[in-house]
Amino acid sequence: MWDVIVVGGGHAGCEAARAAAGRGARTLLLALRLDRMAHLPCNCSIGGPAKAQLVREIAALGGAMPRVADATMTHVRMLNTSKGPAVQAIRAQVDKALYPARMQALLTATPNLTLLEGEAAALPTTDGRITGVTLADGTYLPARAVILATGTFLAACTFVGSDTRPAGRHGEPPAAHLSAGLRALDLRLGRLKTGTTPRLAYDSIDFTRCEAQPAEGPLHFQFAWQRPLSPAHPLIPCHITHTTETTHAIIRDNLHRSALYGGLISGRGPRYCPSIEDKVVRFAERERHQIFLEREGWDADLVYPMGISTSLPADVQAEFVHSIPGLEHAEIVRPGYAVEYDYLPPDQLWASLETKAVRGLFCAGQLNGTSGYEEAAAQGLLAGLNAVQYLRDEAPVLLARDEAYLGVLVDDLVTKGTEEPYRMLTSRAEHRLVLRQDNADLRLADLGMRLGLLPPADYFYFCAKRNAIDAELARLDALPPGDAGVDGAGLASTLEWLRRPESGYDTLRTVDRTAAHLPADVAEQVETAVKYEGYIRRQLRQIAAQRRLETRRLPEALDYRTVHGLSREAIEHLNRVQPRSIGQASRVAGVTPADISLLLVWLAAQERRGVSRETVGV
Amino acid sequence: MAQSTDLNLSISTDTIAAVSTPPGEGGIGVVRLTGPDAVPLALRLFRRADGTPLIDPLPFRVFHGHVVDPADGHAVDEVLLTTMRAPRSYTREDMAEISAHGGPVPLRAILALALAGGARLAAPGEFTQRAFLNGRLDLTQAEAVLDIIRAHTDAGLRAAARTLDGALGDRIRALRGRLTALLAQLEASIDFAEDDLTFLTAPEIDTELAALAAEIDALLASYARGRVLREGARTVIVGRPNTGKSSLLNALLGEARAIVTDVPGTTRDTLEEQVELGGVPVRLVDTAGIHAATDEVERLGVARSRAALAHADLTLLVLDAAAPLTPDDRDLLDAVRDRAVVIVLNKADLPPVVTPALLDTTAPMVALSARTGDGLPALEAALRDLLLGPAGAAESPALSHLRQREAADTAAAALARARATLAAGGTEELLAVDLVDAAAALGAITGDTVREEVIRDLFARFCVGK
Repeated sequence: MWDVIVVGGGHAGCEAARAAAGRGARTLLLALRLDRMAHLPCNCSIGGPAKAQLVREIAALGGAMPRVADATMTHVRMLNTSKGPAVQAIRAQVDKALYPARMQALLTATPNLTLLEGEAAALPTTDGRITGVTLADGTYLPARAVILATGTFLAACTFVGSDTRPAGRHGEPPAAHLSAGLRALDLRLGRLKTGTTPRLAYDSIDFTRCEAQPAEGPLHFQFAWQRPLSPAHPLIPCHITHTTETTHAIIRDNLHRSALYGGLISGRGPRYCPSIEDKVVRFAERERHQIFLEREGWDADLVYPMGISTSLPADVQAEFVHSIPGLEHAEIVRPGYAVEYDYLPPDQLWASLETKAVRGLFCAGQLNGTSGYEEAAAQGLLAGLNAVQYLRDEAPVLLARDEAYLGVLVDDLVTKGTEEPYRMLTSRAEHRLVLRQDNADLRLADLGMRLGLLPPADYFYFCAKRNAIDAELARLDALPPGDAGVDGAGLASTLEWLRRPESGYDTLRTVDRTAAHLPADVAEQVETAVKYEGYIRRQLRQIAAQRRLETRRLPEALDYRTVHGLSREAIEHLNRVQPRSIGQASRVAGVTPADISLLLVWLAAQERRGVSRETVGV
Repeated sequence: MAQSTDLNLSISTDTIAAVSTPPGEGGIGVVRLTGPDAVPLALRLFRRADGTPLIDPLPFRVFHGHVVDPADGHAVDEVLLTTMRAPRSYTREDMAEISAHGGPVPLRAILALALAGGARLAAPGEFTQRAFLNGRLDLTQAEAVLDIIRAHTDAGLRAAARTLDGALGDRIRALRGRLTALLAQLEASIDFAEDDLTFLTAPEIDTELAALAAEIDALLASYARGRVLREGARTVIVGRPNTGKSSLLNALLGEARAIVTDVPGTTRDTLEEQVELGGVPVRLVDTAGIHAATDEVERLGVARSRAALAHADLTLLVLDAAAPLTPDDRDLLDAVRDRAVVIVLNKADLPPVVTPALLDTTAPMVALSARTGDGLPALEAALRDLLLGPAGAAESPALSHLRQREAADTAAAALARARATLAAGGTEELLAVDLVDAAAALGAITGDTVREEVIRDLFARFCVGK
C-alpha cells in the first residue's frame, strides 16, 4: 500500500513526488520511461517574466526545480532590467541532458520515493475516494492518494504536416488508456495542442551571420540563503537571426499543407506561442521575425531555433529554414511537430488541485491545461504538498492571489477554467508589485518551513536575512543623512534620502560603513521597499479590500438553485465551479454584480438563521 | 463589482436614509429613515408648527411642522412626520418618514440634514433587504422577496444600460478601448521582454495620456452641463456700486419667460429665483433677498460680491462702460479670473469709455444697456454658450449621475497620477497600476472588466512568442 502514487515523471510529477516523499509519505513515481523523467521536450529555457517568479516561489517552498536549474544552466540573463524589480525576471537556458540527469539523481536519492516504469490505465475508487492505480497490464497498485501529472501524453497525437501518429512526444508512445479511466470517474476531458520547432545540427549553422547574445551572470533561482549551486561549466552565448521575405513566401505558398491550417488539429493552441504559420498569416505586415538559436547544452549537437515552431511537412520546413541567414546549410536533424492531447478542464478541481469528483485524486501540470515547465513544476509541488495534507486529514495548503503567482495560477485555473494552454503572465497578477521574484522568500519561506520541505538550516539563514532587512530599515530611518555622509539637506533621515530616484546603495556603500557590509540581497530588499513604498502601499490597500471578499466564505457543496433569484447562467457556472468565497465567485464567468448581491444577502440570512459557518462546511 | 459588494450587511448597527419617491417634480416627496437612530434623528430635525420640539411622539401618528436645520434653526420645508417603532414597520426596525414638498431641492436638503445627522445613504434595495433580513418576510416567501431585490437591482442596471447603450456608453467604451490598447503595450513590453516588438516611447505615451485626460475632463465638464440642465445654474450678479446691477436684475427678471419656482435656497441666508434664459434654467441668487429690496443688490459692495462668488456656478460681473475702471473693478476682475463669468459692459447706450480691448481677460463680454434692454439677447446667448458649451455641444453625451461623475473623477485622478509617474521616470509596471485603476473606473460605468481585455488585446495586437 502506497501513501501517494504520482503518475507521470515530467516537471510536475518530479516536483510532486519529491514534495510528498520529502514530507514523509511512502511515494511511488510511475512513469512511462524513467530515463525520460524531467525531460525538456521544447526549448531548454527556464524562467522569464512571471515564470521566474514561479521558480523563485518553488525555491522558497523548498522545491527541486530551482536547485537543479542553477546547477545546469548554460546561459542566463536578467530580463526587464530597464523596468522595476517587480517585473525583472531571470531567464536561463539549461543543459538538455544534464538537467534531467541531475533531477533523476535527486529523485533517486530521495528517501521514501520509489520509481517504477509502467502505464496507468484506470483509477479505482471506493465511496468517492481513490484507492490506487491499475496499470495497463492489469496490475493493481493500492494507494491512499494519487497525483496525475501526465503532461501531453493522454491520447496524444503528433503532427508533422499530414503525417499523423499517436505519440506523446517525438518518438514516444502516448498514454492510451488513462483518458477512458478518467471518463469513467465522470471527469470531463478537452483537447489542446501545442507545438515545437525543428532541431538543427549545431555544426551546420554559420553563427558568423548571426548576432551573439552573451550570457550575464552569476544569477541564481535559489536564494542566496539557500547557498545555490553554480553552473557545472562556464556560461555560453545565444545567437539571434531573423526570418526573411523569402521565408514568409515559402510558408504562405505551403499553408494548405500545415496540420494547423489543413484542419487536422481540432484542439486550441496557445496564442502566446504562435506557430510560424500563424505569425506569417496574422502579422502579414511584419517583414521579419526574430529567431533565437539556443544550443541545447554545453556540448550538445542540437540547436533549438526559438521562434519557428511549426507543423508544416518536413520538406517545407527544410526549405524555409534554409532561407534564414546563418541557416542556409542548416541540417534539420528532427522536424518540428505539433502535439494534440487530452486535458482535464481545471474547473473540475479545488484550489488544492484535488478533483471535486474523487477525494484523494490530485491533478497537476499540463494535464490541467497549462503550458510551461515552471507552471507544471509549481502545480506539482502544490499537489504533492496537498496530497500529504489529505493523508493527514489536515486543511489543504491554499495560496491567495496576493501571496504568490502560484496562487494566481491556481485560482485562474479552478475559477475560470481554460480553453487554451495557460501561460503565466505578470499581467494576470493584479498584485504584481508585491509578487516579485526577489521577495518570494519573504512571502513563502515560513510556509515552506512549516510544511517541512525547507531545510531548517536554510530557514535559519533566511530568518537572518529578514531580520537584517528590518534592522537596516530601522537604522536608516533613525540616521540623519549627514551622519550617513550623503547629501540629504532638508531630509529627516537617510531613509528619505534613499527614497529619491537618484539615490541608491551604490552611493551609500561608498560613504556608510554599515551599508558597505550589508549583504546584497538585504540591500536590494531595503531599496525596493523604500523606493516602491507609495505604490506598494496602494497595492496593499487594494489587497485589503479584496481580502474582505475573499474571507466571506461560501458553503461547500452548495446547490445554487436554492439561492433564489440567481440567473440561470450564474447558477450553472457557480454549481460547476463551487467557489469557496464571495471573492472567488465574483471572478466566475457569467456571474454579475447583482448575483453577488444576492449571494451576500443569502449568506447573511443563513447566518441569521443560526446556520453557523462550521455547519455549512467552511 | 465593488459597487454591489459594498452592500452593508452589518444590519441594524446603522441608520440609513433615502428619498423614497421617484426623482423629479411631484406633489409630495418622502424621505425615509430606518435603523436604531431613525426616530431620534428625525425628531432632531423636526419642529412642530408652533416651533416647539416634538418629544416622544406616539408611533403611527402624523405630526405637522417643519424640518429645520439644527445648526441655525432655519426652516427648510413644511412637512408631515410619521414615526414607526420596531418591529411594527416595513423593515422591522425603528423608522421615520418625512413627507415634504415634492421638488428635488427641499427633498435633497432634508436628506442632506439626515446624512449630516448621522444616517448613511441607503444602497438601492436596502430597505427591502433589511425587511427580509429582519425576518419580516420568512424564508417561505424568500423567492418573492429576492425577486423584488433582484428586480430592483436589475431595473437599476437596465436603466443604466439604456443610457450606456447610447452615445455616452460608446464614448466611454472608446476611451476604455484606448486605455486598454495603451495597457496592452505596457503589458506586452513586460511579459514579452525578449520578443522583437516595438513599443511606444515615453513622450508618445504622455501624448496619449494627455489626450485621454482631456477627453475625461470633457466628460466631467459634461456632468456640470447635465446638472445645469437638471437643476439650473446658480448665478450671482456682482459689481461695484452704481454699475447697474439692480437694473440688470430687473431687466433679466422682466425678460424671463417663465418663473419656474420660488423655493427657499439651500443656503439659509439667500433666496433664489429660477428663471429660464436662452433655454437654460438659471437660478438667480439674491444674497439679500430679491423681493426685500433690489436697492440692496445695488448696495452690495466689493467684499460681499466676493463672498457671493464662492457658491456660484456662474457669475455676471457688471462694469460701467461709460466710466473709467476703478481699482474696485480691477479687484473684481481679478476675483472672477478662472471662473465661469460673463463680463457685462453696462450702459452701452452712453459713449463708451471701457472697451473690451482695455480688459485683460479671456472671459466672454457682452455690451448691453440694462435700461433700454439692448444687448440682452446677446447676454442670453453668452450664458448658453458658457453653460452648455458652444452651440451643438449640448447634443453630445453627458454624464448625468453622481456615480458616473465619481467614476470619471477617479479615472481622471488615476490618469493624473500616471502622468506624474511617467514624468518622474516611472517604468511600465508602475504606470500600469494607475492605468488599470483608470480603466477599472471607466469600466465601473459601463460594467466591463479590465484584465482579460488587456490580455486579449495584447495577443491581438502583438506578434508575441518567439
